[in-house]
Amino acid sequence: MALHNLTLTQISKGLEAGNFTSVEITQHFLDRIKQLDQGDNGLNSFITVTQDQALADAKAADERRSAGNATSWTGVPFAHKDIFCTDGVLTTCGSKMLGNFVPPYDATVVENMKREGAVCLGKTNMDEFAMGSSNESSFFGPVKNPWNKETIPGGSSGGSAAAVAARLVPAATGTDTGGSIRQPSALCGLTGLKPTYGRCSRWGMIAYASSLDQAGPMARTAEDAAMMLNVMASFDTKDSTSIEQDVPDYTATLNDDIAGKVIGLPKEFFPESLNGEMKQTMMSAIAEFEKLGCTVKEISLPSTDLAIPAYYVVAPAECSANLSRMDGVRFGYRCEDPKDVEDLYKRSRGEGFGDEVKRRIMIGTYALSTGFYDAYYVKAQKIRRLIKNDFVKAFQEVDFIMGPVTPSPAFKIGEKSGDPVEMYMEDKFTLSCNLAGLPGMSIPAGQINGLPVGLQIMGDYWSEAAMLNAAHKFQQATDFHNAAPQGIE
Amino acid sequence: MEWEVVIGLEIHAQLATKSKIFSGSSTAFGAEPNTQASLVDLGLPGVLPVFNAEALAMAVKFGCAIDAQIGKVSIFDRKNYFYPDSPKGYQTTQLNHPIVGMGSIDVTLEDGTTKRINVTRAHLEEDAGKSLHEDFHGQSGIDLNRAGTPLIEIVSEPEIRSAKEAVAYFKKMHSIVTYLGICDGDLSQGSMRCDCNVSLRPKGQEEFGTRTEIKNVNSFRFVEQAINVEIERQRDILEDGGTITQETRLFDANKMETRSMRSKEVANDYRYFPCPDLLPVVIDDEYIQAIRSTLPELPDQKKQRLMDENGLSEYDADVLSATREMADYFEAVAQACGDYKLAANWVMGELSAALNKNEVDIKVSPVSAEQLGAMIARIIDNTISSKGGKDVFAALWDKKGDDVDTLIDSLGLKQVSDSGAIEAIVDDVIANSPKQVEQYVSAEPDKRGKMVGFFVGQVMKASKGTANPGMVNKVLKEKLDAKC
Repeated sequence: MALHNLTLTQISKGLEAGNFTSVEITQHFLDRIKQLDQGDNGLNSFITVTQDQALADAKAADERRSAGNATSWTGVPFAHKDIFCTDGVLTTCGSKMLGNFVPPYDATVVENMKREGAVCLGKTNMDEFAMGSSNESSFFGPVKNPWNKETIPGGSSGGSAAAVAARLVPAATGTDTGGSIRQPSALCGLTGLKPTYGRCSRWGMIAYASSLDQAGPMARTAEDAAMMLNVMASFDTKDSTSIEQDVPDYTATLNDDIAGKVIGLPKEFFPESLNGEMKQTMMSAIAEFEKLGCTVKEISLPSTDLAIPAYYVVAPAECSANLSRMDGVRFGYRCEDPKDVEDLYKRSRGEGFGDEVKRRIMIGTYALSTGFYDAYYVKAQKIRRLIKNDFVKAFQEVDFIMGPVTPSPAFKIGEKSGDPVEMYMEDKFTLSCNLAGLPGMSIPAGQINGLPVGLQIMGDYWSEAAMLNAAHKFQQATDFHNAAPQGIE
Repeated sequence: MEWEVVIGLEIHAQLATKSKIFSGSSTAFGAEPNTQASLVDLGLPGVLPVFNAEALAMAVKFGCAIDAQIGKVSIFDRKNYFYPDSPKGYQTTQLNHPIVGMGSIDVTLEDGTTKRINVTRAHLEEDAGKSLHEDFHGQSGIDLNRAGTPLIEIVSEPEIRSAKEAVAYFKKMHSIVTYLGICDGDLSQGSMRCDCNVSLRPKGQEEFGTRTEIKNVNSFRFVEQAINVEIERQRDILEDGGTITQETRLFDANKMETRSMRSKEVANDYRYFPCPDLLPVVIDDEYIQAIRSTLPELPDQKKQRLMDENGLSEYDADVLSATREMADYFEAVAQACGDYKLAANWVMGELSAALNKNEVDIKVSPVSAEQLGAMIARIIDNTISSKGGKDVFAALWDKKGDDVDTLIDSLGLKQVSDSGAIEAIVDDVIANSPKQVEQYVSAEPDKRGKMVGFFVGQVMKASKGTANPGMVNKVLKEKLDAKC
């Protein structure tokens, strides 16, 4: 098998068995990136490729292996979403605003991967400041979906998704504020997991909406995602919202029996209006779980419809403050020849931010203004509580909640970019997880018109191991996760 | 018309924590610009705040000291505004759920009466950096060393009725936070700053007039001046039939005026909302009790003790307990000499006079409390006279020596208390003053007392001032009376 078709787990084992060295496999993926990602016809999934550093790290990893203290990650290539601060390496967050920003420190997630000796090949493209569902808001240009280069890969972690789907890296980190891991994973045929809020440290992860942002793995299989979450997750005293909870070995329970587990199907996730093929694809995937001994139960999450309006108040409100530090004073983009400090702010921000970011800053600013705060922000927080209560109640009766990740497969580049509200509807099945702080996952569940779609698995707080277990058992019994876009061989 | 003045103060006190409120950087003052600013203080993308438990303990301590309700759940909010020395574009502060709720302090007014002034609340927040407006190639400089220094903002009820009352209140707060050791109280370095809200209303009217806020007044004297100047300005406007504009003003001590800051600043909508990076701060009774048990003796308690247990007058006790520095100095002197009254006399007399005359702060007094105490102890044990004490004090002040006993020796101030030596001098003086002895003997017995003075003078002169005056008196009386 070609090296790039190996899964993360297989690469780890191959390095351990001495089938190839880290330098060899790193070079192989770097060559693929050059060949498939760059140029006019390329996928544009990377903003920065750290070739020299990657090869130096690979060499160090091989030496570490010879010295006998390699871990399962030592020498394994992967990529970081360009939202994670990397010491000495350009970190743009997909924005012109940070087009020259080289952080002097590593995010905790980055540090965790480095400690293991994992080899980062570069920083992946993303919607600007993680605001978007199509990767079209990136200052560095849209990313193409390797399944069909005319379609979007999803967003905001679109670069990570396209890169993994095209076998440019075996896995990549992502972040998910309203679906930014799950939706691109679904549209690119990957396994992606947004953990419980507080599972992965947010230190060094450039904030979009602090109370919703969470990092997680994007890989081809549940087994790979488990291997990645093992290292990404940690309790971190530098993040006050990180939660002190042991990190289990997520790979240890992958093969546990899932017979007897109860799957809840919320009727709100299967509305009349849902695309028939989507519904059918979901139901046949769920039928596989029944074959594995699970039972299915219809449930209701009555506040689901309120997720979009609540999210589009809370997230913009938080981002309107989070992005205030991008002021042209200490780092990042600064306009030419400012007249005075007022002019410096207005033009640096006016020129440095793209339309979607400006839109959300304005929505958030409005929602927090005197006279509107109670009507918008306070009400949205109340809705969050309702949504959370729905889930808490549901998880008293079921082990997992399942449904589609997206209403439809990937759409064409440019198709929805003129209509923000249409674009926001893309997230209607993913937002409630973030608002409740619950873990959510997307696994490949088949195709519609030759494009992959994802089944969403939601679990109770801290049930990542059980979710990965269920996903792995499903993938042992099915083949959807092995499908690859054409032309990537 | 007769006007009533209504004043409320907002005092910002920097907490004396070792590190900043949300980062591990040092809070030490005076370092090179931006050397004490970490990633967090610089507000770089991706950084997160972690609340400093020491700042919490200090704020709770303050709350206990002013007998306030302590917020068992306090919440940090973001106050949004753009300013170059505010690196995140928002200040982290507490709006609706402050750590300290309603409390009160008592202040002593000029006429000696005591007035209780209620404190609405005190909340925790972070200080901003500083803009440096020297010329940096046509640009301004930003120093973020101060950014993130913990502050408590103490908000009074509008119960203050004059500039003098305002100063008394500010001084008392200064005294409390320095007694507690939660603030160094150094006004000249901005450790404490005061915003004064001032309004006027016709006497007898219940409704408040429109107020103005004088920002960042940083000395006791300026608080008094700024408020008085503002009262005058408002009175003039109101008596001319005008109205007061609610606004923020700055005090200019050189021109002795307050003037309006840009009205844009006043119109800011800060769009407060709870900071999602910080969890609510939850504390329980046990925590509060543990802090309360560490409270030191506070100014009011010290004053009471000095009166009740150490026998000082109310006036002396008031002066000696008014500031932490004075109180610490005085207590050290009293401890060293063992006599509170004598210590009080020296500290309030000789020492205060010298400090005032030379405009020296007691913190850097050339005569240490230990030295002064040691010297007083030598007066008490009769080694030197009070007069000799003044000489020792002067020598210490002028740095002619450090050690009290060495100075007593070198200045030849040791009193002669040996009765044999004194008798010998007395005998000499009597022998050399036959005329005066004659007068003494022939005088009426009740007039003789006065006449002893001459002989005492002669003895002191002969002993170069070292003879113990009490003993000289006693011996002289005995010997002279024996001749009668």
